[in-house]
Amino acid sequence: MPFATSCCGIEFMSTMASHYDIGRYGSERLAFTPRQCDLLMVMGTISKKMGPVLRQVYVQMAEPRWVLAVGACASSGGIFDSYSVLQGIDQVVPVDVYVPGCPPRPEAFLDGLMRIQDLVGKESLRRRNSDHYKALLESYGIQ
Amino acid sequence: MALTNKTIQDKLREKFGEQVYAFEEPYGLLTFAADKDINLKVLNFLHQDEELNFVFLTDLCGVHYPDNKGKELGVVYHLHNLEQNIRVRMKIYTEVGKPEVFTATSIFMAANWMERETFDFFGINFLGHPNMKRILNVDEMDYSPLRKEFPVEDQSRVDKDDEMFGRDVIRAF
Repeated sequence: MPFATSCCGIEFMSTMASHYDIGRYGSERLAFTPRQCDLLMVMGTISKKMGPVLRQVYVQMAEPRWVLAVGACASSGGIFDSYSVLQGIDQVVPVDVYVPGCPPRPEAFLDGLMRIQDLVGKESLRRRNSDHYKALLESYGIQ
Repeated sequence: MALTNKTIQDKLREKFGEQVYAFEEPYGLLTFAADKDINLKVLNFLHQDEELNFVFLTDLCGVHYPDNKGKELGVVYHLHNLEQNIRVRMKIYTEVGKPEVFTATSIFMAANWMERETFDFFGINFLGHPNMKRILNVDEMDYSPLRKEFPVEDQSRVDKDDEMFGRDVIRAF
C-alpha cells in the first residue's frame, strides 16, 4: 500500500518501474486499498492535517501489518521543522523500518523492503497477541 | 477613455477625502491605505462605480507589523479591473488587541476562503463572515502561526534533540 505524498513518491515510482522493478523482490502486487495490504509504505512529508488520514489508513489494514517510513520527512519531519508538519509518522502510527535519504535511491527502498521481509519471516507468530504489542498499539490509541 | 492611476486616485479622494491616504505607486501598482471602518464602502465603490469597475478580487491576505503600534495587523486587498487590465492594492490596519474587520464576502464571494485563511494564520476576525473557522491548519491549533511572535519551528516539539536537528538556538522574536 503506497502512501506517497511528495518526491519520495516519485522515487518510489522508479523503484516500481521496469528498471528497478520491486516485483522482483516478492512485492509484485501493489494495491491501493488498505484492506488488501500487509505493508504500508509512507513516502513523503506528512502534514499535521494529513496525520489522522494516515492513521485511518493504518487502522483499515488487517493484521498482520507492517509500516515502512521512507525518507527523512516521513521518518523525522526532515527539513520541514515547521508548525504544520508532523515530525515523523511514528507520532501517529507504529513504524517497523525507517529508510534514510532525501529522497532515498531505489536501492534503499529495496533494502527497506527486504528488511521488512526479514521481519515478516522471523517474527514470532504470537507476537501480535503479546502484551507488548497490545501495549504498543494502545499507546497509539489503536485497539 | 483609458483608466489611469491618477483618475482612480482622484475619484477616491473626491469620494472619501482624508479617509484614504498613503497613495503610492511601487512598480506602477496604485497602492493606498484606508480606515478600517470604511473598508467595505471603498471596496463597494471600486466595484460598483461604472468607470472604476474593479470586478475581481485577486488576493486578500494579512500582514503583521509588530512595531506599528495601534496598527499591528494589516489586511491587503488586490483588485483587478479585467476590462482595462488595471490593478489596485488597498491596505487597512487594525490593532492587535482587537483584530476585527468587516468581511468583504457580501461584495466578493472570493473573499470567503481568503478571509478564512487570514483568520487561520493571523487571527484576524472578519465580522459577518458566514463561516469563520480555520481552513488550512488543523482545527486543534490554538495560535496564529504567521504572527511574528511565533517562530516558524513548532515549539511544542519534545521528541527530538534540538541540537542534533539544527535547532541550537531557539529564536524568539
